Amino acid sequence: MSIDKDTAARVAKLARIKVEEDALPALAQEFNTILGFIEQLNEVDVEGVEPMTSVTPMRLKRREDVVTEGDQQDKILSNAPDAREGFFAVPKVVE
Amino acid sequence: MLDLTYETPKPKVIAGAKHDWELVIGMEVHAQVSSNAKLFSGASTKFGAEPNANVAFVDAAMPGMLPVINEFCVEQAVRTGLGLNAEIHLKSAFDRKNYFYPDLPQGYQISQLYHPIVGEGEILVDMGPGVARKVRIERIHLEQDAGKSIHDMDPNMSFVDLNRTGVALMEIVSRPDIRGPEEAAAYVTKLRQILRYLGTCDGNMQNGNLRADVNVSVCRPGQYEKYMETQDFSHLGTRCEIKNMNSMRFIQAAIEYEARRQIAIVEAGGSVDQETRLYDPDKNETRSMRSKEEAHDYRYFPCPDLLPLEIEQAWVDDIKASLPELPDQKKARFVNDFGLSEYDASVLTADAESAAYFEAVADGRDGKLAANWVINELFGRLKKEDHDITESPVSPAQLGGIIELISAETISGKIAKDLFEIVYTEGGDPAQIVEERGMKQVTDTGAIEAALDQIIADNPAQVEKAKVNPKLAGWFVGQVMKATGGKANPKAVNDLVQQKLGG
Repeated sequence: MSIDKDTAARVAKLARIKVEEDALPALAQEFNTILGFIEQLNEVDVEGVEPMTSVTPMRLKRREDVVTEGDQQDKILSNAPDAREGFFAVPKVVE
Repeated sequence: MLDLTYETPKPKVIAGAKHDWELVIGMEVHAQVSSNAKLFSGASTKFGAEPNANVAFVDAAMPGMLPVINEFCVEQAVRTGLGLNAEIHLKSAFDRKNYFYPDLPQGYQISQLYHPIVGEGEILVDMGPGVARKVRIERIHLEQDAGKSIHDMDPNMSFVDLNRTGVALMEIVSRPDIRGPEEAAAYVTKLRQILRYLGTCDGNMQNGNLRADVNVSVCRPGQYEKYMETQDFSHLGTRCEIKNMNSMRFIQAAIEYEARRQIAIVEAGGSVDQETRLYDPDKNETRSMRSKEEAHDYRYFPCPDLLPLEIEQAWVDDIKASLPELPDQKKARFVNDFGLSEYDASVLTADAESAAYFEAVADGRDGKLAANWVINELFGRLKKEDHDITESPVSPAQLGGIIELISAETISGKIAKDLFEIVYTEGGDPAQIVEERGMKQVTDTGAIEAALDQIIADNPAQVEKAKVNPKLAGWFVGQVMKATGGKANPKAVNDLVQQKLGG
């Protein structure tokens, strides 16, 4: 799979990362290098091998169904560029 | 377990300008898990809190915060799977579904695309006594809900509340086995009923705790059977997905509209575009959500913050052992044990509370009579005041008391209704009320005879007429009932009137 300039632009847009037009070819090239490496990994036969998800054998940590957090509206909103009446205020988005 | 037998309903057929068409419908229902805390944080799930009050730092996607799974939410998903006779996957995993929206601070929803916790199951959708559709469930996965955007508080801004962000949802995905708008509504009704029995989702559609995405396509008669034989979707039409509906009425109207729209396109020689659409109840139409199309590239990948979810068979077995009796079993038992009609049994098992109430009333009493009183008198009266069964001022013991008085012929059916009204509004012990207020049925033929003799003596003209026309005997029965304040045993009165006038 080869990534061209348009695909790179599309990936950037989906991630909401601004990339200048003249930076796109280099970005596409970087993607291709990464994917090339992954294609190389794909050549390894892993038939019947469980994916390793953790270096140490660990069980997914669980929590109990108890309310332990919240009531911190001010802290949650403190980094918001704009907050009004307890809400985050963002540019209008409507279907 | 006793099973009731059923027939499969006929699919809905819509006549187009040129041909007949059938509908094929699959559903994705999002059911909010009943839990205190969110799926991956310790913030509350309570509805109606101050905006952004129920938000933990992980919900707001603050850097460095890690999700920790709420074990009870996992248990609830397993319980739901077991309730739908579904296969439980002892190993499942979480993935990130990436999209950009202001009410999704992480920029991704944690979901289970590749390895859902619950696999294939089924739901029997009741379409009336003796008629039901078996709908296959494809999977159930656990995922996070998004926040809520409010667009009408400011002309230029949208306001975002993250209280719902991260609340646990079960997405319950059906196969395309639903064949009409009514079946779709019945499917949601049945699913909601089962979830409420299980206690895994409160089913409150108004608050958005149960919402449905509906996939609709149309095909010519015969095509669906080919699909069922081969499971090859190419036999079916192109589907559109109508998003996010939280009312049975809207679900039906949206499907009906959408099917007709697709039929018109295909009959005009066009082809349906596979897309996401939104139903507008004000205009009763669906329209394309073009903005969603690009977002459909979700770039799923395994969530690196969460290890696979491994659960133990013994734990699943424990949950299974704790399952309540579910609606289908309960209904079958009511039909078999109490001799109820399937219809009455359906009404009484609509929710677990009604069923428990009925059982308490019917315990050791006449089941059919109990069913009649619970359905006709109690439900009718509760409905008038917009109360549900849990708010009933009449306890099962009180209603049972009334039924005992009827069975013992201590009171007539008519007086029983008056008694019910007294118990409903004033409370009290039915037997005591009957005693104190002299409501006992008069079965003493002497007293009835005296009343009847008086009426006969007072109305000679009527007596003559009744001798010619036996139908007029009813008038005398009515007069005696009136004279005794409704307390006379109607059968005794009838017998006496026949005896005196019938000759």
